[in-house]
Amino acid sequence: MNNVVAQLQRQFHDYLVSLYQQGFLDNQFSELRKLQDDGTPDFVAEVVSLFFEDCSKLINTMSRSLERPENVDFKQVDSGVHQLKGSSSSVGARRVKNVCISFKECCDVQNREGCIRCLQQVDYEYKMLKTKLQDLFNLEQQILQAGGTIPQVDIN
Amino acid sequence: MGVVTESQFHVLAVDDSPFDRKMIERLLQKSSCQVTTVDSGSKALEFLGLRESNESDDPNATSTSPEVEINLIITDYCMPGMTGYDLLKRVKESAAFRSIPVVIMSSENVPARISRCLEEGAEEFFLKPVKLADLTKLKSHMMKPKLKKESEKPAAEVKPEIEEKESSVIEILTLHQELDSEQQEPVLSNNKRKSMEEVISTTDR
Repeated sequence: MNNVVAQLQRQFHDYLVSLYQQGFLDNQFSELRKLQDDGTPDFVAEVVSLFFEDCSKLINTMSRSLERPENVDFKQVDSGVHQLKGSSSSVGARRVKNVCISFKECCDVQNREGCIRCLQQVDYEYKMLKTKLQDLFNLEQQILQAGGTIPQVDIN
Repeated sequence: MGVVTESQFHVLAVDDSPFDRKMIERLLQKSSCQVTTVDSGSKALEFLGLRESNESDDPNATSTSPEVEINLIITDYCMPGMTGYDLLKRVKESAAFRSIPVVIMSSENVPARISRCLEEGAEEFFLKPVKLADLTKLKSHMMKPKLKKESEKPAAEVKPEIEEKESSVIEILTLHQELDSEQQEPVLSNNKRKSMEEVISTTDR
């Protein structure tokens, strides 16, 4: 039983470290983990879930705004990018945030093609992160079910 | 007057984004504060008991929670309708509430915006994402007004400054606060004069 827990904890640790190393997550994610405690064991999962819902909604509205080349609502797109940049930054979703930076630049010069490319990239990145974090949360659940505790992970 | 304990700290958090509200709420709870969140400046004023058109200390003013004592207001800058800056102004113009410290948060680092807010009386300006360490630093700074209320000794004000590690911004704000409170304490103690001189020399870069 001990061995199983230790193994799972090792897996969890290594997986989380790899997410940081590969640039999916940045330090802000570890700030988020600090806010979770025994009283709020689902905080990170809830926040992350809210973030992905936001991504989905905002991508949809921005997609509609970019649809017709002769009538692009760049103001709306800019607002969407601003929100996405803010929330990805708060969650530590590094790659999503970086795409938003490029996205904003395209929006500022009203480059529709560029915006569409960035939109596609944001969509790809958030979905990729969603899968990765789902795997991470599954590992957490396995550890807890095996009677273990979630390891602290120091990325510095 | 009871002992100032952490659990008595009640913060009013204002942000139009539900995501950001969840974040700031958890940050504040983790810093042992009681939190009330609202999604707009006007709701914040309502909560405080300040009607839009009424700035005076009207005992007949309607209020949802007239007995709640708010120790700090923390607000997002960019909000539709009433911005965080507008809210700051309204609070500082109100006789009843101007003593409540107001902190502004923003995801954008605009120096002109920051100085405008500080000039209007904001206690601090936080860049988002706000971290736990930001609030810890803020809390030690916040204890000052409470200590001051409970003991009028000037010496009590010097202590929190010594506790600050990154002291330059806090010292500037301290000077700002001290200048405001000069009329209440006409006699400067040696301690206070010395600390003011230290602040002046620190900012003299």
